[in-house]
Amino acid sequence: MSATSIPAQPGPPLWLLAELTYRCPLHCAFCYNPVDFASSGPELSTDDWLRVLREARAAGSVQCGFSGGEPMLRDDLELLVAEAHRLGYYTNLLTSGVGLTPERAAALKDAGLDHIQLSFQDSTRELNDFLSHTRTFDLKQRVAALIKDNGWPMVMNCVIHRLNIDYIDRIIEMAVELGAEYLELANSQYYSWALLNRDQLLPTREQLERAERITNKYREKYGDRIRIFFVVPDYHEKRPKKCMNGWGNVFLTVTPDGTALPCHTAKMLPGLAFPNVREMGVREIWYESEGFNRYRGDGWMKDTCRSCPDKEKDLGGCRCQAYMLAGDPAAADPVCDKSPAHGVVVEALARAESGAGRTAPLVFRDPAASRRLAEGAG
Amino acid sequence: MSAETGTDTCPRVSRRFRLQWEEAQNAWVLLYPEGMVKLNQSAGEIMRRCDGSRTVSAIVADLEQAFGASGLADDVAKFLELARGQQWIEG
Ligand code: SF4
Ligand code: SF4
Repeated sequence: MSATSIPAQPGPPLWLLAELTYRCPLHCAFCYNPVDFASSGPELSTDDWLRVLREARAAGSVQCGFSGGEPMLRDDLELLVAEAHRLGYYTNLLTSGVGLTPERAAALKDAGLDHIQLSFQDSTRELNDFLSHTRTFDLKQRVAALIKDNGWPMVMNCVIHRLNIDYIDRIIEMAVELGAEYLELANSQYYSWALLNRDQLLPTREQLERAERITNKYREKYGDRIRIFFVVPDYHEKRPKKCMNGWGNVFLTVTPDGTALPCHTAKMLPGLAFPNVREMGVREIWYESEGFNRYRGDGWMKDTCRSCPDKEKDLGGCRCQAYMLAGDPAAADPVCDKSPAHGVVVEALARAESGAGRTAPLVFRDPAASRRLAEGAG
Repeated sequence: MSAETGTDTCPRVSRRFRLQWEEAQNAWVLLYPEGMVKLNQSAGEIMRRCDGSRTVSAIVADLEQAFGASGLADDVAKFLELARGQQWIEG
């Protein structure tokens, strides 16, 4: 690859993430949907989605994720999965399991759904003790059984944060009990709702190290029976993640209202017009639109990154994080200790160590809070 | 060559993966939950013949004929060993 500017032709959008709806029966305090989700435009129709699936497939997409919100709330989900399957996608459903009845599971199986990722989410507002909440567990147990009965691989995901990280042993035990073959323990990333709640959610270094130790013990104990992935929060690292494996490189997200984005939070970035699938075809969006081209290559980088020997490794990290924490989407991701704004991450970590702000009430994701926040921002 | 990769076994693509030709990538790929492995040309040509009905020897013979080559047995065995290690194939 040449040292400067945009690669001549980016590869195809291998990954299509179809965010079917922002509606969700749950209220996770770490929700990754935008905080102003309640003010987003009308959802795409079934026909719009069918067209997006066809166009993206023709442009080379092969992995398709159906997510949300809670995608089970779309009653055309089975139809969309069937079309995606017919087109040759590998189809993934990301769900909390709410609404996944035996009938719908059977219909999804018939439609050709390849995989379900079941997330442990909190169906109550009692974040602290959701693990002992029998309703949550009963639901997961029912859904886990459905997943097995239909011959899908059993993949579970649990978002980890300060309030549940000390119960990591119980989370793993629960996953084993539910028959999970894969368990992803994904530390919360501080965007959207999680950023609002960062003081309450960011774990201390000691908590994190303990959780990793325990996870390793369980890996030894269970071996191949369950494969456990532990994703550390990037705040605790010295170098940023290679966000989305590169801007406009493999991921294409389509939001419920049809906005096409290089990642599901990119809409927050200022001064960038992202196209809508109602107005522009997927191929044109991917290869021609300003929104997708802006942060490809390294021509956009500031000196810190452009002159950095590691730039190919992480491509300067996450544009959204740079914007949120350094006020400039072209800056180095402040997680990087070479970033002039790295101090804000150090400060957030110091607050986590001292427990500052942790008694403030959590802001739970719901439409009313979303509208309040959108008004406050506007 | 290890015992399990004898020449009279009939390897097939593991149920955990789906093998598929992708025009946009001009390659055979293995798909699995939320992931993909892009195979190089020779890996793809071997994998597409792992359909559970052909023995390793038959796969080798077929490849040698298709590509007008000879002496591919070792390369095929080596690749199958790797593919087994990755759990791409079973049987
Ligand atoms: S993170 Fe929680 S609230 Fe947000 S969409 Fe997922 S299940 Fe719903
Ligand atoms: S300076 Fe930029 S390119 Fe270098 S490691 Fe930090 S974020 Fe990555």
